[in-house]
Amino acid sequence: MRDVAVVAFSQRQEAMINTESEVEFMVPLMNEAKDAVGLTQQEMGFTCSGSSDFLAGQAFSFVMTIDGTGPVPPISESHVEQDGAWALYEAWVKLQCGDIDTAFVYSYGKSSPGSLRDVLATQMDPYYVAPLWPDAFAIEAMAARQMLDQGVVSEQQLAEIASRSRAHAASNPHAVRTAPKSVDEILAEDYAMAPLRPSDLPASSDGGAVIVLAADDKARELCDRPAWIRGIDHRSDAHTLGVRDLTTSMSARIAAEKAGIGNDKIDIAELHAPFSSSEAVLTKALGLGGDTVINPSGGAQAAHTMMASGLIRIGEAAQRISCGDADRAVATAASGPCLQQNLVAVLEGE
Amino acid sequence: MGKERAAVLGVGQTKYDTTYPGSMAGMLREAATNALEMSGKCWDDIDAVIMGKAPDFFEGVMMPEVYLAEALGCVGKPIMRVHTAGSVGGSTACVATSMIQSGVHETVLTIGWEKQSESNAMWALSLPQPFATSVNAGAGGYFSPIIRRYMMMTEAPELIGCMVALKDRKHALNNPYAHLHQPELTFEQVVESPMLWDPIRYSETCPSSDGACAIVLGSEKVAEAHDGPVAWIKGIAMRSESGSFAGRNMVSPAASEACADDVFAQAGIHDRRKEIDAVEMYVPFSWYEPMWLESLGFAEKGQGWKMVEEGATSIDGGDLPVNCSGGVLSSNPIGASGMIRFGEAALQVMGLAGDHQVDGAKTAVGHAYGGAAQYYAMWVVGADK
Repeated sequence: MRDVAVVAFSQRQEAMINTESEVEFMVPLMNEAKDAVGLTQQEMGFTCSGSSDFLAGQAFSFVMTIDGTGPVPPISESHVEQDGAWALYEAWVKLQCGDIDTAFVYSYGKSSPGSLRDVLATQMDPYYVAPLWPDAFAIEAMAARQMLDQGVVSEQQLAEIASRSRAHAASNPHAVRTAPKSVDEILAEDYAMAPLRPSDLPASSDGGAVIVLAADDKARELCDRPAWIRGIDHRSDAHTLGVRDLTTSMSARIAAEKAGIGNDKIDIAELHAPFSSSEAVLTKALGLGGDTVINPSGGAQAAHTMMASGLIRIGEAAQRISCGDADRAVATAASGPCLQQNLVAVLEGE
Repeated sequence: MGKERAAVLGVGQTKYDTTYPGSMAGMLREAATNALEMSGKCWDDIDAVIMGKAPDFFEGVMMPEVYLAEALGCVGKPIMRVHTAGSVGGSTACVATSMIQSGVHETVLTIGWEKQSESNAMWALSLPQPFATSVNAGAGGYFSPIIRRYMMMTEAPELIGCMVALKDRKHALNNPYAHLHQPELTFEQVVESPMLWDPIRYSETCPSSDGACAIVLGSEKVAEAHDGPVAWIKGIAMRSESGSFAGRNMVSPAASEACADDVFAQAGIHDRRKEIDAVEMYVPFSWYEPMWLESLGFAEKGQGWKMVEEGATSIDGGDLPVNCSGGVLSSNPIGASGMIRFGEAALQVMGLAGDHQVDGAKTAVGHAYGGAAQYYAMWVVGADK
């Protein structure tokens, strides 16, 4: 495989961006990432984005956003209706084909205009489950209950995860839930959706992110310390909740193995875990131990930007490598109920 | 390091119709099973699935790849979902090809689909947006002035579009999967059908269809071991541009020409009309056939309509048969329509196109476009490596 690295990253996450459209808030982010590497849109070998029409409330919503890139003259481009991490994966594959050296990736989502926990019900089986409008938080709570019943995790441990997310988020200007709370304070919260407490749930946010990828010497030319993608893979679990073991994640485990997570120690992990319980599932599936700092940004719990949270995890991990804080990191992206789909990327400095 | 060769091993389709008599999962499973059967592969052989479809509002299921994981055999495997407007079926096949060209996977299943009967496309396309006026006229309302512009520029006779429509409906009679089978249709009936968006008549538009089209792709190693014909992929290209900007050529957009130039260069094609034996191009409104003939370089500018008039694009004696399957004008499951073009092009060079086979076809083109004629995907396939 060809060496491909993250060479630029920009992001914006806020509890609600209500005076700007997706195009309006993405243009400055796109320009920020391009300026960081001194490349114009036409110099990008390939462009790929991720977004959801159901969040935008409009069919073909990504057609508006492509204008933000300035695609005149025409560009080589594609779009996935998935988290931007999958757009990054498609761009990485394109770079592996060998005829381009750079790629531009972006994704975005505004869930504030609707009720995300209701909107997500439309992801479920359209004949047997979606008509019941299952609440997205209730489905996650069901998985958490199963974990507690089996002794995979305790309420104390869930509160520890939630407390740590807040503590880390305090130093992240892009996080939206940054007020510290002790484990005892969290355990004293009333349940939001038993056994999950308000602090166990994701802090919903609007926003987006942009990543520039480059291969081989081009990456070294554009960035002092590129974050090399040493392995990247994605897998799916079954959709039908009843046939899955919700206390673990086969898809994350396989993807992590394929990405080569076990080849060396991991300094930091940015996990796309919207709930305390999902973080517990992922750390176990990835085999992460005591030496690894989990979610130094506060993670997707501290700011959950639907469609961009996974891409932001990769960007956060890359940024920590590029600035020298870490030598080896893992980032994950998830999609579907109870972490049904997982993408795992292992990044390294040189 | 270099690009790996990729080939089509199998194409599977469902009977296109107003309503597919089953679930979404069942419809995809049927197309995928048909493609696997032709390829001689089984579900265990598939490394990854690349799925494409147009807006989720067309069925009311958000990110349906999540729900379709089991039906597409993806438990423990990768599944991706591409969405690039009407070109999506073609783009999805391109992304799937990249999975093999990159060396990441050996055998990939790609599938495009739409089940328009689950929802209402006109509603889905007309959701009110803040600060924006709704077209509320459907795609025909958008494209008709562009067609009129083409007619003015080229002085094409008024009824060229009707000739394309009749030709594609006659072609469809030889394709058992086509949605519209109208054996009695006459030229006069096409001309006299109601004018919907002047100059587009009812019979010059595509139907609303349910359907899925799946393609099994393999690496060179996998294709060499295949017992049966394959279609070698000689080039893939995608291009996008803004839908509106000052000076934009709406009749032959720069992205269309750039996409064609790229794909034909990869395939080593110099004389496009002479070297290509069959074309499956995305023609949802009849006039787009002459327009794309020019934009893709099969005809000089202003001459595309003459090819239609001369019958050059008919399977009966034409030198460049276009849409022998009946094309989008005879079946339009939107998210599948591009994939069908790509799959039908492959079937032609595999010699498996049945009653709509172009004799001795060696090189064929699949083409799709979408959005405000701003998204393009193409591939060139050949019988020989």
